Amino acid sequence: MKTRYSYGGDEHIYVEVDEEMSLDAFFISLSMSKAVREANIPGVTEICPANASFEVRFDPDVIAPETMMAKIKELEHKAEQAEKRLSTRIIEIPVYYQDPWTHETLMRFRERHQDPSGSDLDYAARINGYDSVAAFIEAHHSQPWFVSMVGFVAGLPFLYQLVEREKQLQVPKYLRPRTDTPRHTVGYGGCFSCIYSVRGAGGYQMFGITPMPIFDPEQKVSYLEDFMVFFKPGDIVKWKPIDRAEYDRITAAVEQGTYAPRIAEVDFDLDAFNADMTGFNAKLMEALNDA
Amino acid sequence: MTLNIVKPGLATSIQDLGRPGYFHLGIPEGGAMDRLALRAANMLVGNPEGAACLEAVFMGPEITFTAEASVAITGGEMPILLDGVTKESWTSFTVKPGQTLSFGFLKSGARIYIAVSGGIATEPALGSRSTYPIGALGGFHGRNIAAGDELPVGTAPLVEEGRSTPAELRRGPGSPTELRVLTGLYWYRLTEASGQNFFNDTWTVAPEADRMGYRFRGGQPMEFVEREQPFGAGADPSNIVDGCYSYGSIQVPGGSEPIVLHRDAVSGGGYFTLGAVISADMDLIGQLQPNTQVKFIKVEMEEALQARAERKAVLEMMRKYIG
Repeated sequence: MKTRYSYGGDEHIYVEVDEEMSLDAFFISLSMSKAVREANIPGVTEICPANASFEVRFDPDVIAPETMMAKIKELEHKAEQAEKRLSTRIIEIPVYYQDPWTHETLMRFRERHQDPSGSDLDYAARINGYDSVAAFIEAHHSQPWFVSMVGFVAGLPFLYQLVEREKQLQVPKYLRPRTDTPRHTVGYGGCFSCIYSVRGAGGYQMFGITPMPIFDPEQKVSYLEDFMVFFKPGDIVKWKPIDRAEYDRITAAVEQGTYAPRIAEVDFDLDAFNADMTGFNAKLMEALNDA
Repeated sequence: MTLNIVKPGLATSIQDLGRPGYFHLGIPEGGAMDRLALRAANMLVGNPEGAACLEAVFMGPEITFTAEASVAITGGEMPILLDGVTKESWTSFTVKPGQTLSFGFLKSGARIYIAVSGGIATEPALGSRSTYPIGALGGFHGRNIAAGDELPVGTAPLVEEGRSTPAELRRGPGSPTELRVLTGLYWYRLTEASGQNFFNDTWTVAPEADRMGYRFRGGQPMEFVEREQPFGAGADPSNIVDGCYSYGSIQVPGGSEPIVLHRDAVSGGGYFTLGAVISADMDLIGQLQPNTQVKFIKVEMEEALQARAERKAVLEMMRKYIG
């Protein structure tokens, strides 16, 4: 792991903790971005943590770029020593895989895909060595996921699966991005899953859809009354496969204001997780099932 | 009073100086594409510089006023008509109740800013009235304006007619337009020849140019330094592990068409970026029409800060002049 610093124009500093994805790189970038926040450096206007990197935006009229750069570099050593644990929550997110809406969309943009002859799931299952789409879907939802970044568009979570690297699913992004993606699409690109919080352009493969809103600018959805964005980095997600009837039932409950996602408070400790992934995930699931 | 929208134009939105502070959630700062033009329009009608205005792109709206107000229009060059009578741009004038403001065809630039004394007074969202349509945030019910909308306006005293800015303080895109760039970020992914081509080639603004980003075409396809792709990035050589994007940063999906992210930028993603347009030239991008020729010019940090200071000096001169 080698930390790399770069200016992004005259108003940003970009810090890449590692060029490949890992939870170690995530925790260091999160710790460093927190350290920058706590340092209260005058002139800092935005601090954005990402999967294995983070970015600071600053006003160069208030602080010179090289001074800003030096202050951030000073925080690197401290962040590397920081504990890799979080008090967080695990949330069950219902997913209707192979739904008609993402299917319609993926057919509409077929010429932009690596394999126009099948669906995104057919392709993803095949290139990851699964003999059926059902087995691939099972791999997608059987183990929990870790929110390692929020962004792209309003409140969209990037999720990294809590399994050994050899079990990680990987797919390329579309050859050319689509101009349309249904709201609440569960997507996949690189090693990351995501939920499209709003309708719009997108390059990730499309696997299914969730009936659960995760961004509400009007803050009418019961669990988004306090803030319009649901996810934050460090949240843990367990996908729950559902059918059309369940999808319709949850959609109606959301509209009536009676839907409450299943959530449990948990601690995440990277060392404990690395020591025994199966056992650690089993405990996370226990906490969720008790909620 | 209200501004009653008779015709909305092409994509007219309410904008101010934006909502910094939420980019870490994927919510961009937004605000006027050409900030200096918005500030000037507000100064001319006696508003605070960051008051909400209408930003119209390529085509102007048609608006009927319900009460008397001072108005100033800045930015690109587009004939201004008040009940059919021509008015000067970058100059304050008074509109009477029942009068209708409309526009002729765009002559140069891309965006105009319509400031009204008292400012547009819609409900702010996360500290700003700027419209972020894909997030349904700010603006008028979270969207661009439409025919039939009645936009609330604050109350403020009128200013004298004919307040203006000196023409030499207004900046228009040259031909070709030069956009200054600080290289960095994932610049090292490009071969040396591709890096040189980026600056030597002449690019043109593609039709896909909006508040999120400006796309350019016409230059040579880019080649990447060979490597084994890092875990989690995706197989294409232009892919990276999804990271944060800077405002003004230049991404090149597949190595073919550069995209410069602007005020409504996506906050991150999985394409490499080769650097960023300097802050002093961001306003200029907001005045580029499709098919405009553009040259990217490589600069160092010192020059970027010098250019930023020059833009600030222009703003100070405008403040002094309008007083």
